Amino acid sequence: MTLLRAETIVKRYGATEALKGVDFDVHAGAVNVLIGENGAGKSTLMKILAGVETPTSGRLLLDGKEVRIGSVKDAAAHGISIVHQELNLCPNLSVSENIFLGRHNAGLGKSLIDRRSERAETAALMKRLEQDIDPDTLVGDLRIGQQQIVEIARALSDKARVLILDEPTSALSPTEVEVLFRIIRDLKAAGTGIVYISHRLEELLRIGDHITILRDGSWQATAPVAEVSMPWIVRHMLGHDGQTAVATPRDSSATTVLSVRDLTLTRPDGGYSLDHVDFDIKTGEIVGIYGLLGAGRSELLESLIGACPARGTVRLDGKDMMGLNVSSRVARGLCLVPEDRKAEGLFPNLSVGGNLGLSSLPKFSRLGLISETAAGRAITAMIGLMGVRTASPDLSIGALSGGNQQKVVIGRCLMPGPRVLLIDEPGRGVDIGARHDIFARMRTLAEGGMSVVFTTSDMAEAQTGADRVLVMARGRITADLSPSEATEAALIAAANGVPEPDPNLTLPEMSPA
Amino acid sequence: MSATTPTTPAPSDSKGGALSLILQLRTYIALIAVLAFFAFAAPNFLSVASFTIMLQHIAIIAILGIGMSFVILTGGIDLSVGSTAGLAGMVAGMLILNGIVLEPLGIVIYPSIPLVVVITLGVGALVGLINGALITRFGVAPFIATLGMLYVARGSALLSSNGTTFPNLVGTSAHGNTGFPFLGAGQLLGVPVPIWLMIVIAAIAMLVAGRTAFGRYVYAIGGSERAATLAGVRVNKVKTLVYIISGLCAALVGLIISSQLVSAHPATGETLELSAIAAVVLGGASLSGGRGTILGTLIGACVIGVLSDGMIMMGVSEFWQMVIKGSVIVAAVVLDQIQKRFITGARS
Repeated sequence: MTLLRAETIVKRYGATEALKGVDFDVHAGAVNVLIGENGAGKSTLMKILAGVETPTSGRLLLDGKEVRIGSVKDAAAHGISIVHQELNLCPNLSVSENIFLGRHNAGLGKSLIDRRSERAETAALMKRLEQDIDPDTLVGDLRIGQQQIVEIARALSDKARVLILDEPTSALSPTEVEVLFRIIRDLKAAGTGIVYISHRLEELLRIGDHITILRDGSWQATAPVAEVSMPWIVRHMLGHDGQTAVATPRDSSATTVLSVRDLTLTRPDGGYSLDHVDFDIKTGEIVGIYGLLGAGRSELLESLIGACPARGTVRLDGKDMMGLNVSSRVARGLCLVPEDRKAEGLFPNLSVGGNLGLSSLPKFSRLGLISETAAGRAITAMIGLMGVRTASPDLSIGALSGGNQQKVVIGRCLMPGPRVLLIDEPGRGVDIGARHDIFARMRTLAEGGMSVVFTTSDMAEAQTGADRVLVMARGRITADLSPSEATEAALIAAANGVPEPDPNLTLPEMSPA
Repeated sequence: MSATTPTTPAPSDSKGGALSLILQLRTYIALIAVLAFFAFAAPNFLSVASFTIMLQHIAIIAILGIGMSFVILTGGIDLSVGSTAGLAGMVAGMLILNGIVLEPLGIVIYPSIPLVVVITLGVGALVGLINGALITRFGVAPFIATLGMLYVARGSALLSSNGTTFPNLVGTSAHGNTGFPFLGAGQLLGVPVPIWLMIVIAAIAMLVAGRTAFGRYVYAIGGSERAATLAGVRVNKVKTLVYIISGLCAALVGLIISSQLVSAHPATGETLELSAIAAVVLGGASLSGGRGTILGTLIGACVIGVLSDGMIMMGVSEFWQMVIKGSVIVAAVVLDQIQKRFITGARS
């Protein structure tokens, strides 16, 4: 049964047409999957359904009757709720204040907020999501993954008829993904129409019922998930058959470039975010750091770059880095592509070129003045090397898609010619085309002698993208695996803190799709 | 513009192209509008003499505004500039009249005017350094740190003379410290020195903001301080420097004003910080940082200067002047918000 139907939706922004007459059906009691590369128009379509944007032309039918959804309030009145890809939470408010923002429970005299009932409902939601998060915790104190859970909880508390989930799992751990999937199944059984957007294709095949593919703002294909295969999806998404980078084993004679000993970071509560971490990275090596949410992956990379007050030793080419601040470490050849690139990697007010050049300005300066020709040449070269899709380096960075913004942040880090590139979650919020590009580029750079350390919560990424996988659990490195050793069973075991993978370990939840 | 210059957002090709262009050029249009209006409405407005006087007033606001621009571009604010200008004037006055008294030796040293200028600028830089240290080392919000400094500097200015004026700062040839009035009242090639100072400082500031790594870092910090830190920018150093620049500009203005008046009064520069902020905002800068230009600030200072002087020449009452100036500033910000909506609307 079709609950909500979008007919020949067109959306224009100035001269660019984001949607070119797209049809989309949301079936009740089903998971309606929408996929496409970044810039294909998925998010725009969802914003139209959720009342964030109004279509230039086309119409929306709810239960067969035409409706006008001009605002988020309209959408809510029609029972449409959305979890945005970008987090929309107030970091200075508590979890329960965020969940009830804009529609608080009325208490005494209808004008005061009934905090107690809000807290109780929040606690119930957290229990349902199997999260150990206190309703009074400030959202700003939560990790990104936990914040995403709060977003999901907010949408759940709406009791919506149509629930749109835009990349809900991008920051979730496998366990949390399982919880979410269980809740999605409950909602399905209750007749909710779910729209599900994700770049993780294996997830879509597991949870989806109907699949719709968009490419460049146009409808490509629709089919029941039972009838489709991975190659079919890739073909319709890209318009050609994609290929994945395959790790080649590195020679073991390479010299150690980065040596980490006894790296320790204490949490405010006295526990360890990093618990005496030791490892070495060799020249030209790509090392993946796999772990669940809260394992300490981001903290590890931030400690290496000097953005966290960690103790221990970090040696780059044998020279101690611990006394140095971030800029000195960057100058000596370390660089970090942060996980939350919108907030921590991009300069929204600078052009594409301004973003790319920022870490290497002294290199382009003569007598204190930036040589525009030298900088421009290097920037154009980097745009080519990273395959950034932009009409001009003068374009505002905000005009680029998520994948291309990611490439710009990586390119900015590469411009000074680092020895070791640290990338926190390179695949987060990036379509498979761009992800493929990024991993292929990492491989090329590693062959040129640069070392790469990346973190991931995606097992496939760890298995195919790295020469070696370090697994983290609770601030410790619990396994050091070669690609052939990094089986799903081994990764899960180590990520849960089991040092030796047990061959008899049964993992009913995570059986391969 | 070249590849890496932080420009105002790329012109949109949306249907509101013409309107959006008008919005982008609104500061220039405002300047032309006020000039045209006063040319008709104010007697003797269109004369070399009145323009020369007006430009000297504009120079005061523009120099403060240029220093303020760097601060605002990083997302900060400097409320202490008016008081710093007052303090600087008092320091110069004290050095010229009383000299430096070395009590134990029982001698008094009268520094020459160039040295007075250097010491006074040093005081301005010190004020900026303290502001910068409070903000970067102790995490005090810029509004609070510089508000505190507003009082401390004004209080110090009053203390320096016990609230009285240092009069008649012409110096004596016996002390070798004559020539102070040149800074404010002198002329080079027929153009008053303050106007030259404005031109030179504006030129340097444009070069620094647009063509140096420091300038780019200022914009980057205003865009995203966290991203700048992780990208290897020495954020604390850059932020401290912008307050030092602002303090230097304020001290220079203090020197110019006391030189023009040939006396230093401790109340000099009161509310000038507001004119400076207004010039920056009128020039299209965002108070949240990352957006704005030196040229914009110059035009903004011109609008404010022309508006005040024009109204005085028309004989508009002082009370109405305040109402009109305030309205113009708020209107500028409203237009800025409308323009922003155009830009975000043109983006997917």
